[in-house]
Amino acid sequence: MGRRLLLEHINVPGINTFDVYRSKGGYAAVEKALKTLTPDEVVEEVKKSGLRGRGGAGFPTGMKWSFLAKPEGVPRYLVCNADESEPGTFKDRYLMTHIPHLLIEGMIIASFALGAKTSYIYVRGEMMPQIRILEKAIAEARNAGFLGKNILGTGYDLELYVQPGGGAYICGEETALIESLEGKRGNPRIKPPFPAIAGLYGCPTVVNNVESIAATVPIIRDGGDEYAKIGIGRSTGTKLISASGNLNKPGVYEIELGVPVEEFIYSDEYCGGIANGKRLKAVVAGGSSVPILPANLILKTINNESRLMSYESLSDGGFATGSMMGSGGFIAFDEDQCIVRNTWNFARFYHHESCGQCSPCREGTGWMEKVLHRLEHGHGKLSDMDLLVDVSKKIEGNTICPLGDAAAWPVASAIRHFRDEFEWHVTNPAEAVSRNFGLAHYADPLNKPEEVV
Amino acid sequence: MLRVENVTHGPVEFSAALLNKFADLVSRYPEGKQKSALLPALHETQAELGWLSVPAMDKVAAYLKIEPIEVYEVASFYTMYFLRPQGKYMLEVCRTGPCCLVGAEKIMDHIEQTLGVKEGDVTADGLFSWRGVECLAACGFGPVLQIGPEYTFYENLTTESVDKLISDLKAKANN
Repeated sequence: MGRRLLLEHINVPGINTFDVYRSKGGYAAVEKALKTLTPDEVVEEVKKSGLRGRGGAGFPTGMKWSFLAKPEGVPRYLVCNADESEPGTFKDRYLMTHIPHLLIEGMIIASFALGAKTSYIYVRGEMMPQIRILEKAIAEARNAGFLGKNILGTGYDLELYVQPGGGAYICGEETALIESLEGKRGNPRIKPPFPAIAGLYGCPTVVNNVESIAATVPIIRDGGDEYAKIGIGRSTGTKLISASGNLNKPGVYEIELGVPVEEFIYSDEYCGGIANGKRLKAVVAGGSSVPILPANLILKTINNESRLMSYESLSDGGFATGSMMGSGGFIAFDEDQCIVRNTWNFARFYHHESCGQCSPCREGTGWMEKVLHRLEHGHGKLSDMDLLVDVSKKIEGNTICPLGDAAAWPVASAIRHFRDEFEWHVTNPAEAVSRNFGLAHYADPLNKPEEVV
Repeated sequence: MLRVENVTHGPVEFSAALLNKFADLVSRYPEGKQKSALLPALHETQAELGWLSVPAMDKVAAYLKIEPIEVYEVASFYTMYFLRPQGKYMLEVCRTGPCCLVGAEKIMDHIEQTLGVKEGDVTADGLFSWRGVECLAACGFGPVLQIGPEYTFYENLTTESVDKLISDLKAKANN
């Protein structure tokens, strides 16, 4: 059984309440930080832990904190990014639903480290139940003296508020989130200046993912060095993985980074194998924005080594044969699933969610969606695959924010690894249109499936 | 069928409770940054009125001391704000990849057939609307749908559970 730091007490009845959370050692890390450490020492512990941002980018959290400008007389802000809406990713919603005080505790620690007197948790608007849960938890923490004026008699003041979004995936991008928090459309800002210099209301701001902030609790409680002992290489600690798709046991799992992908998919401790006795066809390892990999490449690297659930191993081989850890949104496709249809679905998502500021993204995502739609519906041309690759290359790297890359990579990788399936849609249009989704009408795309499982 | 062109955009009144919520929201931000309250204020307004008419948005703008256009551009950017009347119960079904892998498209087809209205339209009795929405961040429990203004989630949907949900909502509305 892998070690669990965030979800250790997830099954304790009432762990969503302050009293039960406190009885399990909750808020001890806040006491330790505020009473025995300086803000710089808290930052140092997070640096020592090697924690990397859990929202997708994987940037070292302690380093991000140390970049925060500290001009005299100017407020600083911590904003928690709880705008989770990457297809395949649902870990933050799970954490906020079941153990909200872990996030509140992390927010107090991180705010103290950064010198923030007011902090916000920006929650995607669709998560109204989670917003209510967090507001209740904040009220409980305040009543117990962990928020407000002079917390625990240490002289530190902190106000914490929950801010609902309005339903826009782009607000998960940190500068778009800040714009939205200022009451505007969620249009990403050009960087630099980075939020650490000019963020919310033009003041120094750190934006961190829910899981990153929650992870500061065990880091401060046990020490950064202890946290760094867990995991593998530069992938330290534990990671929440949201598993979905054709799995026997989809759900949210906390893994020690470095677990073999094969173990994650097939062991009873985690996903329990592919549903309905089917074979694995493909996996999107880190949320819809990362490249899709066929079964043989997700289980083994190109050098025939076991692929591990770590930042380095998942990206081994670059995009030619690898993918990314991303947000930990792990989507499994069984042998009956249509890659073309799924790619069209993802393309529609990114077209829908593009803010429209940058022409390559605004026009390119729509173009890709149209071409994929006609391929999926039996009107495609053999030249469409090259066209899609060309459009994806013209979006990638040519936009203000990473949404352009996120839209381009799934399309390019699907064609890279499943070109034969796209061609099948062109050469067999009638079957492509008439087939009953969920039933395979085409050849098994795996060359040697018996070696894969 | 209820259409926006059939609706008179008359003046609106905000309840005292709603105005109290506005005051609480504005208190969360620094002096002069009350525009930050716009998104939550629009949620509260929609929860009270069911949708955001132009007069309602103008009233929000006046309260927050911002220009009406600043409200329109926000309300039209985000997907959660309704700029025309909807059914009392808006069924929002996640239509994104992971949910489709486990049958979301069949659920949407079933809802369309059961309610007898196309996506975005309102049933004759004014009770229901439905639409497909992008990822609801519950991919491991799909297919899922949510119903505002509480945004209650219904997970692991089947056609049978959708039938029961719709009949329960009808019974609730008639009581």
